Amino acid sequence: MRLGPRPGERIDRSDEVTFTFRGKPVKAFGGDTIGSALFASGQRIFSRSFKYHRPRGLLCCSGHCPNCMMTVDGEPNVRVCVEPVREGARVKPQNVRWWLNWDLMAVTDKIGGPFTPVGFYYRTMIRPRRAWPLFERFLRSAAGLGRVDKHAGRKRRFDTENRHVDVLVIGGGRSGVEAARQAQIRGEDVVLVDEGPEPVERLGFPVLWPARAIGIYEGNLVPVEAGSTLVRFRAKHIVVATGALEQPLLFPGNDLVGVMLPGGARRMIELWSLRPGRRAVVLAGDDRALALAGELEAAGTEVVRVVDLRREQLREIEAWGRYGRLESVSLDGETIACDLLLASGARQPAYSLLAQAGARVEYDAKRGIFVPADLPDGIEAVGAVTGRVGRVAVTPATFNGASRTDKCFACICEDVTDKDMKRAIAEGFDSLELAKRYTTVTMGPCQGKLCHLPSIRLYARETETDEATIGTTTARPPWAPVSLGLLAGRPHEPAKRTSMHDRHKDLGARMMWTGAWRRPHSYGDPEAEAKVVHDSLGLIDVSTLGKLLVRGPDAAAFLERLYPNRFADLKVDRIRYGVLGTDGGRVMDDGTIARLDEELFYVTTTSTGANTVIEWFDWWNAVWGFGVETTNVTGALAAVNLAGPNSRELLGRLTDLDVSNEALKYLDAKRAQVAGVPCLVLRIGFVGELGYELHFPSPHAEYLWDTLLGEGADLGIRPFGLEAQRILRLEKQHILVGQDTDSESNPLEAGMPWLVKWEKDDFVGKWALEHVRERGPREQLVGFELAEGLGSVPAEGGQIVVDGKPGGRVTSARWSPQLGRPIGLAWVPSRLAHEGAEITIKMNGGFEQGRVRLKPFFDPDGGQLRS
Amino acid sequence: MSFLLPCPNCGPRDVNEFAYQGEVTKRPTQSPTLRELSSYLYFRENVAGVQREWWYHRLGCQAWFQAERDTRTNEVLATELTEPVSAEGAPGPEATPALGENPTL
Repeated sequence: MRLGPRPGERIDRSDEVTFTFRGKPVKAFGGDTIGSALFASGQRIFSRSFKYHRPRGLLCCSGHCPNCMMTVDGEPNVRVCVEPVREGARVKPQNVRWWLNWDLMAVTDKIGGPFTPVGFYYRTMIRPRRAWPLFERFLRSAAGLGRVDKHAGRKRRFDTENRHVDVLVIGGGRSGVEAARQAQIRGEDVVLVDEGPEPVERLGFPVLWPARAIGIYEGNLVPVEAGSTLVRFRAKHIVVATGALEQPLLFPGNDLVGVMLPGGARRMIELWSLRPGRRAVVLAGDDRALALAGELEAAGTEVVRVVDLRREQLREIEAWGRYGRLESVSLDGETIACDLLLASGARQPAYSLLAQAGARVEYDAKRGIFVPADLPDGIEAVGAVTGRVGRVAVTPATFNGASRTDKCFACICEDVTDKDMKRAIAEGFDSLELAKRYTTVTMGPCQGKLCHLPSIRLYARETETDEATIGTTTARPPWAPVSLGLLAGRPHEPAKRTSMHDRHKDLGARMMWTGAWRRPHSYGDPEAEAKVVHDSLGLIDVSTLGKLLVRGPDAAAFLERLYPNRFADLKVDRIRYGVLGTDGGRVMDDGTIARLDEELFYVTTTSTGANTVIEWFDWWNAVWGFGVETTNVTGALAAVNLAGPNSRELLGRLTDLDVSNEALKYLDAKRAQVAGVPCLVLRIGFVGELGYELHFPSPHAEYLWDTLLGEGADLGIRPFGLEAQRILRLEKQHILVGQDTDSESNPLEAGMPWLVKWEKDDFVGKWALEHVRERGPREQLVGFELAEGLGSVPAEGGQIVVDGKPGGRVTSARWSPQLGRPIGLAWVPSRLAHEGAEITIKMNGGFEQGRVRLKPFFDPDGGQLRS
Repeated sequence: MSFLLPCPNCGPRDVNEFAYQGEVTKRPTQSPTLRELSSYLYFRENVAGVQREWWYHRLGCQAWFQAERDTRTNEVLATELTEPVSAEGAPGPEATPALGENPTL
């Protein structure tokens, strides 16, 4: 099959490459594509068609049509006609239940014809109704092209690149190259992209090849697929030089292996020195196709008949074959034996990208093609895409004779025949846009490149109108199939680690996700950790807290307006708890606010809320015109919470600060050196025991962590994780925003009405909360406990049953080792929100009785915290 | 959406770098009726034309600014940072957005 060395061929005969096809080795040359090498090895059937499983062979050799799609190294739907060979590649055919030459599913072509018209399963398989799942299972397994290997994992790495250029030229034919050269002469920054397979003439300007422009989007954004990189081009000016596409003719047997587009055969000869067939018939629609006859002869193909469709009017064409391969063709009754039929009608300008950008498309009746018009600003078209395609044949819609024996395909991607289209019209789908959706014509992998014009023409004939009336369907991206990986980009799973992360790992912590943060769930036994906090001393890394500095003369007034409670009267070195709400009155975040001096506040947020809160602060700052300065110091500062009865003793050992209860009271904030590290010491009690939060520059984190654990060893210090903290905070009924509240919760109903200071003129959420107060609470967040000794805990999200109906939900629940019973927080109807109320919780497949508790379970009066 | 939005600090950038906060609205200054409150919280002018809106350059300089954008074409006519109302004192509760009222109201 391979011809002798030819000038200009793209293959390098000294470079031998071997890949496997169905497990058997195939020899190729460098510069070959998998498709050209398979053809050289004698392979003629490349795929099985979508619906009828008919054998299909090379057709366009340009990566447009679906005929050569195979699975390469586990990646389905690779167009092997343009996929360069690589050593050791594993190539497998797809959409076939046996092997390419003998496909069990081909039975649909032989007997299914009358039973499988377009839309058949919507009509025939819906009765009886209960059988549909069975039919559907079969249809789903039979439908679709290619199989994704679910166990393959990530093999390819995709990346995204952004580039800004003055001029982007799409298409590297003569006109495209000339446009790029002119831009370069003008001194503009120009890039040319071309999809191949022919190489682009290089004249000094940058060329991306092979690379395919997927679409033209708003703002002259052109995403370009360049191998595994998606290059997002922003161009001041776009030159579209996408050329024209050969259109197949519609006649019975037009999909047989051996029926090709002239351009495909030309590429075979010129690029890969292949002889496309032994005996050829050429049905030429333009001068290019006509000129191919000479090239074929030179390549050793006997050209038995050439028809110039512009001069000679054919009425009937029918191709016949055996086992799906072309054996002869009949032209108006004259039968000619051949194994290659090169047939094309018009060359249709590839206007899709222009239409996506907003150009109008109009029908040129004289030449029988659609041409773009009214290009938007910043977009230019050059060359054949403008309609400069020379004189082309205006062919009939179909060349069907009365005695046809085979199917005539309007769309080879989706196996839509001319009969399917006629049927769709007969059923009332008389608009092309509707018929497209019903028959799926133009919706296959070629995206209408090879079926758009023929289907419009067929529609015009069948509805007895003209092509201009039918018009085109809307052009949408992508212009060519794109792998989802390319759109998804590089797989990222960003993780934030605190500056003590390695210490947690060394201690054998079980890590968990909280938002993007990695945090220790526990260091083994969370209940024991919780007990240590009650009995002696615990240490937890709370560096994940959001930390903001709010500074300025108006800082106090600003916080006063943002929070429902008061901050203007907060004294320097004191701390207050605050709940941040929206103007709809909903709880969005909570944290503590320490006043460091008259004009400086230190605000902590939840671990996952830091970014939202700082955006929120900055937005209101802009809305109100406060000149407040906010700084996010979340990453700059690390933080630990030292909690337990022995915490004062340990802190006292490490600092000169007077840590007595008189000098460092509950909710005091002091700056001090702790073990030589400058710290902000916040006496807060999230976990219920006497405790101190130390916030300090994160580079000291490991040192301070080690020092605290070392110096506190004799006091029984142990690190504790998030799970222990969750048990401890639940014992205090401290809420977790986002866990115990949702996007509908307001502070009045979430058990914090004391927080809202109505006497303030205004604060974010005041107007909405006034209306909530007026209507009264509907449901409330309360604590609950279950019977002592009950071993199991209700699920978070579990139901509270009221009068036999769902009436509330559990938001948090844990078994408290301190109390020896399950405790939790739940939303209940207001009439049940009183101390001691009985509630019924659905759990363990049955119901358990719980009791509402409005005060913290542990240290209800806060005596421990203040002592 | 893939238009370019000129950030007052950073210049034209891909719109995906920004967060959109919606139309510039007028916040009630006194206790509103339920209807007024609902209208402020949930109803927007949604004009087919030029509107004034809030944007945040989340993946850039992290500044809030206002833009005048034609919702039909995504053409951005102007963008500007809002200025603090007063350097020394806090504005009263009657303060409106620094750049004045929503032109569409």
